[in-house]
Amino acid sequence: MTKEYKTITEIKGPLIFVEKTEPVGYNELVEIRTGGELKRGQVLDTSDEIVVVQVFEGTGGLSKDSAVRFTGDVIKMPLSPSIVGRVLSGSGRPRDGGPEIVPEVMRGIAGAAINPASREKPRAFIQTGISTIDGTNTLVRGQKLPIFSGAGLPHNDVALQIARQAKALGEAESFAVIFCAMGITNEEAQHFLADFERTGALERAVVFLNLADDPAVERILTPRLGLTTAEYLAFDLDMHVLIIYTDMTNYCESLRQMGAAREEVPGRRGYPGYMYTDLAIQYERAGIIRGKKGSITQFPILTMPGDDITHPIPDLSGYITEGQIIVSRELHRKGIYPPIDIRPSLSRLMNSGIGKGHTREDHRAVSDQLYAYYAEGNDLRGLAAIVGKEALSERDKLVLEFADKFEKKFVNQGRDEDRSIFETLQIGWELLADLPESMLTRIDDKYIKQYHPKYAGTAKK
Amino acid sequence: MEVGKVKRVAGPVVQATGLKASMYDLVLVGEEGLMSEVIGISGNKHVIQVYEDTGGVKPGEPVKETGAPLVAQLGPGILTSIYDGIQRPLTKLAEASGDFISRGLFVDGVDHKKKWEFKPIVKKGDTVKAGQTIGEVQEQLLIKHKIMVPPRSKGGTIKEIYSGNFTVDETVAVLEDGTKLNMLQKWPVRQARPTIKKLAPTIPLRTGQRVIDGFFSLAKGGTAAIPGGFGTGKTVMQQTLSKWADVDIVVYVGCGERGNEMADLLHEFPELVDPRTGRPLMERSIVFANTSNMPVAAREASIYTGMTVSEYYRDMGYDVMMTADSTSRWAEAMRELASRLEEMPGEEGYPAYLGARLADFYERAGRADVLGGGQGSVSVVGAVSPPGGDFTEPVTQNTLRMVKVFWALDSKLTQRRHFPSINWLDSYSLYDKDLEPWFVENVNPDWNKNKRRAMAILQENAELEEIVMLVGSDALPEDQQITLEVARMIINFWLAQSAMHPVDTFCPYKKQFELLAAILKYRDYAVEALQKGISVEQIKSVPSKDALAKVRLEAEYEPILQKVMAQMDADFKGLK
Repeated sequence: MTKEYKTITEIKGPLIFVEKTEPVGYNELVEIRTGGELKRGQVLDTSDEIVVVQVFEGTGGLSKDSAVRFTGDVIKMPLSPSIVGRVLSGSGRPRDGGPEIVPEVMRGIAGAAINPASREKPRAFIQTGISTIDGTNTLVRGQKLPIFSGAGLPHNDVALQIARQAKALGEAESFAVIFCAMGITNEEAQHFLADFERTGALERAVVFLNLADDPAVERILTPRLGLTTAEYLAFDLDMHVLIIYTDMTNYCESLRQMGAAREEVPGRRGYPGYMYTDLAIQYERAGIIRGKKGSITQFPILTMPGDDITHPIPDLSGYITEGQIIVSRELHRKGIYPPIDIRPSLSRLMNSGIGKGHTREDHRAVSDQLYAYYAEGNDLRGLAAIVGKEALSERDKLVLEFADKFEKKFVNQGRDEDRSIFETLQIGWELLADLPESMLTRIDDKYIKQYHPKYAGTAKK
Repeated sequence: MEVGKVKRVAGPVVQATGLKASMYDLVLVGEEGLMSEVIGISGNKHVIQVYEDTGGVKPGEPVKETGAPLVAQLGPGILTSIYDGIQRPLTKLAEASGDFISRGLFVDGVDHKKKWEFKPIVKKGDTVKAGQTIGEVQEQLLIKHKIMVPPRSKGGTIKEIYSGNFTVDETVAVLEDGTKLNMLQKWPVRQARPTIKKLAPTIPLRTGQRVIDGFFSLAKGGTAAIPGGFGTGKTVMQQTLSKWADVDIVVYVGCGERGNEMADLLHEFPELVDPRTGRPLMERSIVFANTSNMPVAAREASIYTGMTVSEYYRDMGYDVMMTADSTSRWAEAMRELASRLEEMPGEEGYPAYLGARLADFYERAGRADVLGGGQGSVSVVGAVSPPGGDFTEPVTQNTLRMVKVFWALDSKLTQRRHFPSINWLDSYSLYDKDLEPWFVENVNPDWNKNKRRAMAILQENAELEEIVMLVGSDALPEDQQITLEVARMIINFWLAQSAMHPVDTFCPYKKQFELLAAILKYRDYAVEALQKGISVEQIKSVPSKDALAKVRLEAEYEPILQKVMAQMDADFKGLK
């Protein structure tokens, strides 16, 4: 049995400083008792003289008399198949009134790096039913594709729609959704839970809830618990796991708060210098391992402060994740749902998941062509605003019209509309069919002959 | 060797007492013996960066000295390897610890059990000096591994030399003074390997990418930077270069890379066929993969490890290309460690020695007379990932001060799906003048003239586009409308190149030249036709112009190009 110490010398924000007699390991799990309450913490800095502990449930109620016990072990998550369907707190305790998880295994939550040589290349197409994702920014299994959004935009609806509709083509495999909420409001959490219940998704979900009024430090734990659970479901139980966490911005704020409390030298905008590595450790836990059936696909959601994509949080995230889906305020104002701007959006793994054998052979070409004219049309809007539409050349007018129609027909869709990839490509072809064939420079003639509505007999009546 | 004690642990930085180790010496921390490096000494305290996760390490645990700095192991068997940042083979790590990398593992960079057939090329009584080749090992079907007298050794007269099968540790030769030579060299990664002298950059490094070879060429032994915010096509660009550059050895350092991208590379590389030999490309490649979630200190070391291995093959007389993706991640590792050490931060939190470290690294590139005779080169392509695409940030700025070629990847081009997304206005190559004589001699006397003509057209095009944005293209004089059209052709038919297309992915010098010459020929025809009073619309709609667009996709392009050009001649003659 490990000893208890009553040698707290300082309490500062979420940190306690303990003098002690025996050596304590870095990152060790700490239990702090005060009154009848048990709080947990983790060692951040250890030396002969003093040990610094961050307390997950906050330091409220702690005093110099509180008893501190170092467990000699790192933080572990209890796991068993019965975890599916549960709602847990941000630190992994039951929040649904159910019993504690009876563990089959205990796993350290720090997350060892997957050996790059053991990784399988992700290439299985996931159909989300959303045209702007499936058609032009395709998601594949094992990918980490964040949604970059802004305050007040419907990113949560997009995430929910993806969680509801995501499926692999022609397969019925066991899959699970893990939902990690970090610092979201009670109202938002209710919205998610209600939707999960409405669609029956809760039965195959694990929910971790850290709400806005829960301790900020706990948020540092939440994604780690979620990802440890994901690894268990994917690599022990062969499930395909989709993990959604919202909102990464709150997580990063907590990191900054901890850094400030520890009086660390701050990096950009006060965020700690190790934020890149810290984010990488979370994001890189997505993937597929060779020889294992399951997979982990990540959908982190983050709100860009002031819609600024150069802000450290989206910027560093973008360097780690395999692309990004950008939710645009401009499209949202136009009343388009989902307001995904495909121009700055990108899926880096798209190429491995599309084409013959995955979706359809003309997918890449159609996507590139749509992209090119939408981008050009957008640029022309600026010109049209200056010189007037009438002054544009005939070609430019066509491209301008194309961009408008693209937003109304391709981007815009219903919140419950689950488009198959073939419907998505068909909409794309119909839009392209309004342009003269000579303008379809990025599409091979043989695809034009095969899929162009004019030849395929699917032209609009 | 002294054994010290851990004093304090905070993340990857550990303080220990009771050590005598020097700066950058390798030490083993804790009961598990975690690989670490001394990065500071103050009073009786050693500051140590640990290459592995430090969770659970306690004060009081032992710290063992090894008496040597971090070294790379150099010998036959390096090719085809996939290492982490401190040269541990990843497949061996997987055998030892499964799919997730656990810590405290020791795996040697080269296999010490495997026997290699050593063929001596010097004989008893010969005098050998440092760096000289004493024998060869057929490391891969097409690559001979030269066994050299280690640099900085005295050399001497060969007393005994053997031939046959040996492990890297076994003696293959003995010198008169009793020195035993084997096939293994150990070299401290942070020190450049010596050469006789560095040479001027007068030979281009062919990449088969039109925008690079034609406009912004890199010299053998040169340095280039690819900056780009995320989503600019940087990674694809680097991988294309690894596939197509005409070098003997490719060293790819994935420094802080994405795991899935690494998996893609590791998956794709072994399947790639070397266009020159028909053999797998992997046979002449070495990959270092230190993904972003692997320990930060090993990421910091990975660039040096990769460079040391590159220099080793250069010393054999090979041309080596090292790609470092990304040096920004490397700089961030430095920043992270500096902040853990509570060093005074410089610009944007980077340590004040950032510029010096970058300079040290890029200066290790170059074409050189190597110690053993002959020439070898290390060309470096470093990626920088400026935050928010801001080129004024310190890593980009310090890099640009060092490198001679800048391929400005442009996210606007990516958005238009124009690849390679190298911006033709912002990029530059300072090797231009040095390389011109080579192109004149080896490709075509008009190479440089055509290049400058094409660039002038693009430059004019950029200026005209600003006007077009205001008044529309119809308001321009006719000759300027032609310029716009020709620029569009250069951009779409020549600068754009598909890495996915089996033929277009690589374009030989001759084809590059002829395609560009054809476009310029169109311009000559067009200007002539204008003078005859033919309308811009007619000129723009000659059918042969569009036919020209698809010539680049043909492997046997020459007859097709001839036909197109004959057609063009007829087209213009027919205009009235």
